[in-house]
Amino acid sequence: MRETLFQGYQGVVLGVVGLLLFVAPPFLSSFLLTLLTQSLIYAILAMSLDIILGYTGLASLGHAAYLGLGAYSVGILSTKYGAGFWVALAAGVLLAVVVAAIFGLVALRATGVYFLMITLALGMVVWGLGHRWVSMTQGDNGISAIPRPKLPLPWSFAESIPFYYLALAGFLLAFFILRVIVRSPFGQTLVGIRESESRMRTLGYHVWLHKYIGFLIAGGIGGFAGVLWAYYNGFVSPADLQLATSVEILLMVALGGRGTLFGPALGASIIVLLKNLVSVYTHRWLLILGAVYIGTIVYAPEGIVGALRQWTQRASPAPLRAET
Amino acid sequence: MIPRVFIIGLMLVLFVSPAAAQGPIRLGFLTILTGALASPGKEMENGIRLFLEEHKNSLSGRPVELTVLDTGGTPAGTLTKARELVEQRKVHIIIGPLAAFEAYAIAPYVNAQRVPTISPSAAADDLTQRKATQFIVRATSNSSLPTQPFGTYAAKTLGIKRVATIADDFAFGHEVVAGFHKAFEDAGGQVVQKLWPKLGETDQGPYIGQLKKDIDAVFIGFAGVAALRFLKQLENSGLKGKIRVLANQTAVDEALLRSMGDEAIGVVSASHYSAALDTLANRKFASAYRKAYGTDPGYYSVGAYTAALFLKQALEKVGGKIEDTEGLLKALRGAAITDAPGGPIRLDKYGNPVHNIYINRVERKEGRLQNTVTHTIEGVSQFWNYPEAEFLKQPVYSREYPPCRFC
Repeated sequence: MRETLFQGYQGVVLGVVGLLLFVAPPFLSSFLLTLLTQSLIYAILAMSLDIILGYTGLASLGHAAYLGLGAYSVGILSTKYGAGFWVALAAGVLLAVVVAAIFGLVALRATGVYFLMITLALGMVVWGLGHRWVSMTQGDNGISAIPRPKLPLPWSFAESIPFYYLALAGFLLAFFILRVIVRSPFGQTLVGIRESESRMRTLGYHVWLHKYIGFLIAGGIGGFAGVLWAYYNGFVSPADLQLATSVEILLMVALGGRGTLFGPALGASIIVLLKNLVSVYTHRWLLILGAVYIGTIVYAPEGIVGALRQWTQRASPAPLRAET
Repeated sequence: MIPRVFIIGLMLVLFVSPAAAQGPIRLGFLTILTGALASPGKEMENGIRLFLEEHKNSLSGRPVELTVLDTGGTPAGTLTKARELVEQRKVHIIIGPLAAFEAYAIAPYVNAQRVPTISPSAAADDLTQRKATQFIVRATSNSSLPTQPFGTYAAKTLGIKRVATIADDFAFGHEVVAGFHKAFEDAGGQVVQKLWPKLGETDQGPYIGQLKKDIDAVFIGFAGVAALRFLKQLENSGLKGKIRVLANQTAVDEALLRSMGDEAIGVVSASHYSAALDTLANRKFASAYRKAYGTDPGYYSVGAYTAALFLKQALEKVGGKIEDTEGLLKALRGAAITDAPGGPIRLDKYGNPVHNIYINRVERKEGRLQNTVTHTIEGVSQFWNYPEAEFLKQPVYSREYPPCRFC
């Protein structure tokens, strides 16, 4: 009951946010608009990590790898072979899924800290490739001058407003796909695995396969974010694949609230905006960012959306813990 | 009567001070103030601030409004900050960024937005070679510019035959070594070993242990603190004095020298600048810098200062009209300064400097280490003594090119 009540709120909130995002561009300066575009792309990435971190309970430190795979697919295909948007998109997502399929075989043997370490190592492998495979990736100088996508539409994506809508469309697509997945019996099984793996196994679920498929979905959507990221920046370099990027995605999910889908998206936009707006006023912006992280962990360990959810649930006379 | 006086007065005001009516020159400055490169980034900022202070914040009669932004040292961050400078702050011109990968990241953007950009530090070769862009010029030498004449000098004048190279494993290190490698072998020397510790490696010991025993010299190409550790560990291993140490510009940059000890004495390097350079312009610059910041100026601060000199000269040519992008760009590309701190400097048609390269030796004078100039090679371009067309046909310098024939 409470679950549906909250989802009623959630529906309204989502609708309002969606509407605001849709009508915002004409009222924003072009710089704010590019920050918003950046937030949307990072939101896709954070939501994809949420599938394995929030819903399955596996903290990965290698998620930047999928961003990089998607981005490098676009970079290489469009600058070397003149590939168009759809080809680059398909290749980027496919490559990310294939690599996730290989990495999953290795990483999913472990859980907890060990899973964290293995994904970290695998992420560094992809970073190393980007750094070292110079003939393909141009090393740490990166691939630049990636043209914006050309689609048979009346407007040019080289302009910031049309590209914003492209990113918005990508975000909404990713959001709804992930939302359908987490609400499906499959998604509920993932949550079950997070809560008690042994119980799910006793109930007859194929735990490993569920985790594996979750891992593939996260990789694929992460690759999708990478494709948009490369088009947005017009370049890709190994810096995008660094451990720091993976950690940042993890923090976005933690800040917004893991296992909420909307939370990571919120976390992503907060961090992107904080990073770029605060750094204008002070060179000590990293301190402020650090304080925000610590504040979240101490006062809202379930993240912003998690805290809001607890608060709305506490307001109603019922057991605190929803059955997820 | 009164209205007429008023109108005449108004006209006088308008005609006499056209500059004041034009408003300030908005100058954007991209540097790195957080992370591993924060210390060179701060020196870059010092360079531009010193320049503006000396010019009382005014160029060609117009006040200068400086915006310094921290890129955070990532390409994506640099692009975002460049966007902020152009779209939010509406700057007329950008000086920056610091690192090569940052410059590559913003090159297409500043070109599309038609914002003239002067790079005070980013040294990637191709930025002014195979991928030269109209709106970017460089106020500092590219990676391989000083090391090419150095290779020739090492073989012909120093008489060195066999060299091992060791450098940071990233594009700058690759290009620095490759320039030396090519010129050195073309002049009769042999590079017999190439080692690449990863960028940020804290222990150079294993690499020193790997050095071949029959070398005359080791050439180091470090962008920063790795040079400190390398020289210290080389001394500890007992090799100091047995093999000569040749260094690229940034490995014995003034900013590092002040943290080094006697182990650095005798290192020979090639550079477009030395704080100890004995010219009128440099004595003035170096002493002003020392007075303001208490340390010797180096690669990063002189880069930013020279970039500002370019801007000043170009502005004078267009009569202070910075809004005239075409004219300003033309003036920038035609810039030629006779009394820059590092000596005469002009730009080639790719927007890269042609200037003197100094062969320096680290010595202790007045209680501190300095780069004493021992030899000057005048008017060096990025193509050294190779024909331009032929040079551009070969692949860009990298870890693999030129191939190591004697390894």
